Amino acid sequence: MATEAISVRIPARGAGHDLRAIKIVLHREMLRFANDRTRMLSMLVQPVLWLFVMGAGLGSLVRGSIPGVDYRTFMYPGMISMTVIMTAMFSAGSIVWDREFGFLREMLVAPVSRWAIVVGKCLGGALVAVGQGIIILAMAGLVGVPYSPRLLLTLLAEMFLAAFTITAFGVTLAARMKNMQTFFGLMQMAIMPMMFLSGAMFPLAGLPSWLHLLTVVNPMTYAVDPMRQAVFSHLEVPAAAEAMLNPGVRWFDYQVPVGVELGIVAGLGVVLLGVAVAQFRKAE
Amino acid sequence: MSATDPAITVSGLKKAYGKIEAVKGIDFEVRPGEVFGFLGPNGAGKTTTISMLCTLANPTGGSATVAGHDVVRERDEVRRNIGLVFQDPTLDGYLSAEQNLRFHAELYGVPKHLVADRIRQVMEMVALWDRKDAKVMTFSGGMKRRLEIARGLLHSPRVLFLDEPTVGLDPQTRSAIWGYINQLRLTEDITIFMTTHYMDEAEYCDRIAIIDHGRIVVIDSPEELKASVGKDRVQIQTDDDTEAIKALQERFGLEAAVREGAVTFAVASGEEFVPRLFAGLGMPIKSVSVSRPSLDDVFISYTGSTIRDAEADDGNLAWMRAMARR
Repeated sequence: MATEAISVRIPARGAGHDLRAIKIVLHREMLRFANDRTRMLSMLVQPVLWLFVMGAGLGSLVRGSIPGVDYRTFMYPGMISMTVIMTAMFSAGSIVWDREFGFLREMLVAPVSRWAIVVGKCLGGALVAVGQGIIILAMAGLVGVPYSPRLLLTLLAEMFLAAFTITAFGVTLAARMKNMQTFFGLMQMAIMPMMFLSGAMFPLAGLPSWLHLLTVVNPMTYAVDPMRQAVFSHLEVPAAAEAMLNPGVRWFDYQVPVGVELGIVAGLGVVLLGVAVAQFRKAE
Repeated sequence: MSATDPAITVSGLKKAYGKIEAVKGIDFEVRPGEVFGFLGPNGAGKTTTISMLCTLANPTGGSATVAGHDVVRERDEVRRNIGLVFQDPTLDGYLSAEQNLRFHAELYGVPKHLVADRIRQVMEMVALWDRKDAKVMTFSGGMKRRLEIARGLLHSPRVLFLDEPTVGLDPQTRSAIWGYINQLRLTEDITIFMTTHYMDEAEYCDRIAIIDHGRIVVIDSPEELKASVGKDRVQIQTDDDTEAIKALQERFGLEAAVREGAVTFAVASGEEFVPRLFAGLGMPIKSVSVSRPSLDDVFISYTGSTIRDAEADDGNLAWMRAMARR
């Protein structure tokens, strides 16, 4: 090569540099997801199965007790959260994969703040999850949920928030983990009870008090409830069924408003993000 | 940093993992623009040293600077000024070759208007430009290593660290990689710090440090090191090696030992010694070879064993590590 080498001088680190780092980490997440059709498909099978098989089966059983409402309509917001949560967790899990295959080292030795890497990862996970959620959103009509632009936008925003927090949670878990099996084991262990106790599968009204307590401390409850409230506000539901299926969350006598619920999810996301960054700093 | 300041300075650098001391207090300086080789058997502390210099491991004692910056206190500054090629691949196999480099450029903050041209330049250098759109997982081991070298150079580092850059590669790729390294010296203003346990490759370095059991045994240019040994190496094949060693001791006063399957000893002006050997050994010799001192001899004379024998001792360990890496 006879040409003169192009000499690169890297400017001192600044906000612009961190922003570029966030963008490229996010971009990679998208590329990886777009290239992995199998993963896209497998992430969809589960909620569809729940919604149309379990939902239909259970629905015929409980039809008498919730007059005027299709059980699948009730499950719908729950299934959106489930899809979003699983996808986000998988995105976070790719950090373990990156460690196994060495790519994490490429990121960690770069002259860029750990914040940028973790934020990029979480945003990437959140966007991928929202993308997956959009496919579930498209099925709204099949379970009797109207395609109202306002509702769809609300759900999108809530999905994004939930996915961001869950990715941050996943990254915190994955930060120190050495192999995929351990991560998936732990993920199952954490996700399943959180799913069951979040109101995604069955309504949280009239539960025994110990179970009620668990649902109230389960952070996922605060991600699922706003979505359900949004869906139900666009439906014509008899008052009795509404009280049973969409009771909201109560702290003793205080009915927790949607704004506070979303605040809890967002706050938790920020805290987990901080923990994840600290994990990576420590791991060095 | 001026052009004459050392590229790397290391003083009293130590690293212990629990009770095991991997690096036991080493000192050296690397001059700007030189190719500096770290030579030693597996497990001697080479990778540990490189990890500390690259800010991937914190020293437990001593200090080091790279490109004028302290590796502990000015980690980011060090990182901006170094390029790294690790022993194990650190590429994303699901991305294309070019996407991998683009990721690196963005992460390192390479000025935007230079990114495309510089990517093309480094990829052309390692002859991978025509494969830029292929996914990295379809690459052979040699191609991956070449791509990693290109990536390590992308941000024009002051110091390029190569950890066993040719290990596990076929001879053609090895010589190609040495071609790039030699070309780099001409085209880029760069210092190269590499580790190797191949003697023949250490010959390419301007200076080498021999490291054994976590300590630096000697540092000098390959020529000086070979001259310091002084004697030629003679290897003979006989029917009875023990008898031959005894005879060499009794009749010529030479210390011989079996190395690499032949009776080996060192003697000044070996060619002139051979006729005397045949006349005086008193037993048949099947073959004989005389060689000028090589780095192998340097290694033997400073550490007391060949690098292969030193590694054979650690053979089990190396195998276990290779398995653990899967």
